Amino acid sequence: MELSHHISRQNMTVTFCGDFVNYTDDKAKESLYDSFEHTPLQSLDIDCTGLQKWDSTLVVIICELIKEAKKKSVTFQMTGFPDSLKRLVDLAFSVNRNPPPHEDISLPWLEGLGSWGVSRWHAFCKGIEFIKQTFASLGRMFIGKAVFRRVDFLFALEDCSYKAIAIVSVVSFMVGLILAFVGAIQLRIFGVEIYVASLVAIGMTRIMGAIMTGIIMSGRTGASYAATIGTMQVNEEIDALRTMGIPVTDFLVLPRISSLIITMPILTMLSDFMGVLGGAAVGVFMLDISVEEYWKYTYAALKIHNFLVGLFHGFIYGFVIAICGCYYGVNCGRNADSVGVATTKAVVSSIVWMILVTGLMTVIFEEMGL
Amino acid sequence: MIKTTPQIEVRNLTIGYDDYVLMKDISFTVNKGDIFIVMGGSGCGKSTLLHVLTGLKAPKSGKIFIDGLNFASASPEKKKDLMRHCGILYQSGALFSSMTLAENIALPLQQYTDYSDKVISELVSLKLSLVGLAGFEDFYPSEISGGMKKRAGLARALALDPEILYCDEPSAGLDPISSKLLDDLILDINKSLGTTFVIVTHELASIFAVGNNSVFLDSGSKSIKGYGNPKDLLKNPPNDIVLNFLTRGEKEHG
Repeated sequence: MELSHHISRQNMTVTFCGDFVNYTDDKAKESLYDSFEHTPLQSLDIDCTGLQKWDSTLVVIICELIKEAKKKSVTFQMTGFPDSLKRLVDLAFSVNRNPPPHEDISLPWLEGLGSWGVSRWHAFCKGIEFIKQTFASLGRMFIGKAVFRRVDFLFALEDCSYKAIAIVSVVSFMVGLILAFVGAIQLRIFGVEIYVASLVAIGMTRIMGAIMTGIIMSGRTGASYAATIGTMQVNEEIDALRTMGIPVTDFLVLPRISSLIITMPILTMLSDFMGVLGGAAVGVFMLDISVEEYWKYTYAALKIHNFLVGLFHGFIYGFVIAICGCYYGVNCGRNADSVGVATTKAVVSSIVWMILVTGLMTVIFEEMGL
Repeated sequence: MIKTTPQIEVRNLTIGYDDYVLMKDISFTVNKGDIFIVMGGSGCGKSTLLHVLTGLKAPKSGKIFIDGLNFASASPEKKKDLMRHCGILYQSGALFSSMTLAENIALPLQQYTDYSDKVISELVSLKLSLVGLAGFEDFYPSEISGGMKKRAGLARALALDPEILYCDEPSAGLDPISSKLLDDLILDINKSLGTTFVIVTHELASIFAVGNNSVFLDSGSKSIKGYGNPKDLLKNPPNDIVLNFLTRGEKEHG
């Protein structure tokens, strides 16, 4: 392939010879563009008489030359162009090359901050409205007037009950194990390793069991709620429900929220048990505490109010996870990317809200002396 | 002269998103028994207009009267009552994927009527037969083709014997044969049940095959550029925009 150009009497002739396939000689192109830009010209002749094979890399060069020629008001002619190449070049210039000006929507920083605040406030109000509608649906469910299918409830129950046992068990066992291991290092300094049993029992039953279950279920079930309902939004199924006059919170949220608030306390109990078991593994196998002694100290540390506080946390987390998952699903956009965004938001917001709610409940329980 | 009774009256309607206006001050009337086509290029606001007509989206301003009642400003209860008489066929069919076809079609019947399970089951079978899907009661949407999904969606939209049936791009994504069969089905239903159809589409073959009245929405002027029977609009185009659209840009005015 050969790209050459020569200038005589304010006329530039550019010649393309041979095969122009995958042409990547940037130096030759730059030299051509440079000469074209810095030489006063009246006409340009693009000669393809000797051209054989060619591809888009050639079209790019020709279009660039024509564009520059038009800009500099240089007359140009195309010599020896194959029909297909000429048609392609014409096509490239037949489309509107001046897209409409893009509206600049950036705001001054103070206005931007205000606008952000207003949008956050609207989002907050929307969330509150969704929670109100969910409570209204729960109310309708208790008086038997909610529109939802028992089978949907059973499917949701199945998904967040026995199918979640394995992951909750494994993670909680490991958390109990870590809690005991870290505690033992500190307690050994004072020679009271035996209190590892109390530490694990109180820690798991009071809060850790519920938090771990909440985080697992948020990533597992909350994300699945957002993705499922978000996909329904993309497929216009939610529009169909709305136009049929069926409340979305009845049909989609109720089965999910009710199954999660039923199963979360049960999974929390399982998590408590597995955590204590993990702690026992460290106590018995690493600290040489006998099983009987470990059990004695665990039993002594177990208090019914700690246990119930943990279960209550589990119940509230179930509500939080279901609300976040369903809210972001229902308010998902209408493309595949939006489903991913909705899923991420559901998980992140449910974890953040769980932590905030935990802080609030800790203060309340502290005030109540529990 | 055929007597026409207005069923949907759109008056000075402005629609759009946030601060963006798609259509400004548009007015048209859909008569009872019409197969009314809403046509226009991509992005002109056809689907948004359908969302506004079906109450999924609020208009920026203007009025929509359905059988003389202002739908746009009606209370949610009143809207629900009006929508009881409307069916909608969505672009994707919008069948609930976790339900069988029978369960999908039964859902509006369970929601709005006190029929026994037996009656509902009989009605479901009838609606499926009407759209040529008899025997497909226990199939899930994932087990049937795109054309069949549209038909099943139509059966669900017909479940409550609606007076008005809105269709969003009914022939989108269908092969020419399935598209033609769906057009024939729309004509059959219109003739046999007297259902008013409002169809949003830009498929020329369907527009001429089924439409007896239409509006052409123009995104440039944000207004209606053509109003009337599509065949008449083709014969006597009101302007080049409509002519270009109806002839795929192959003929010029005059």
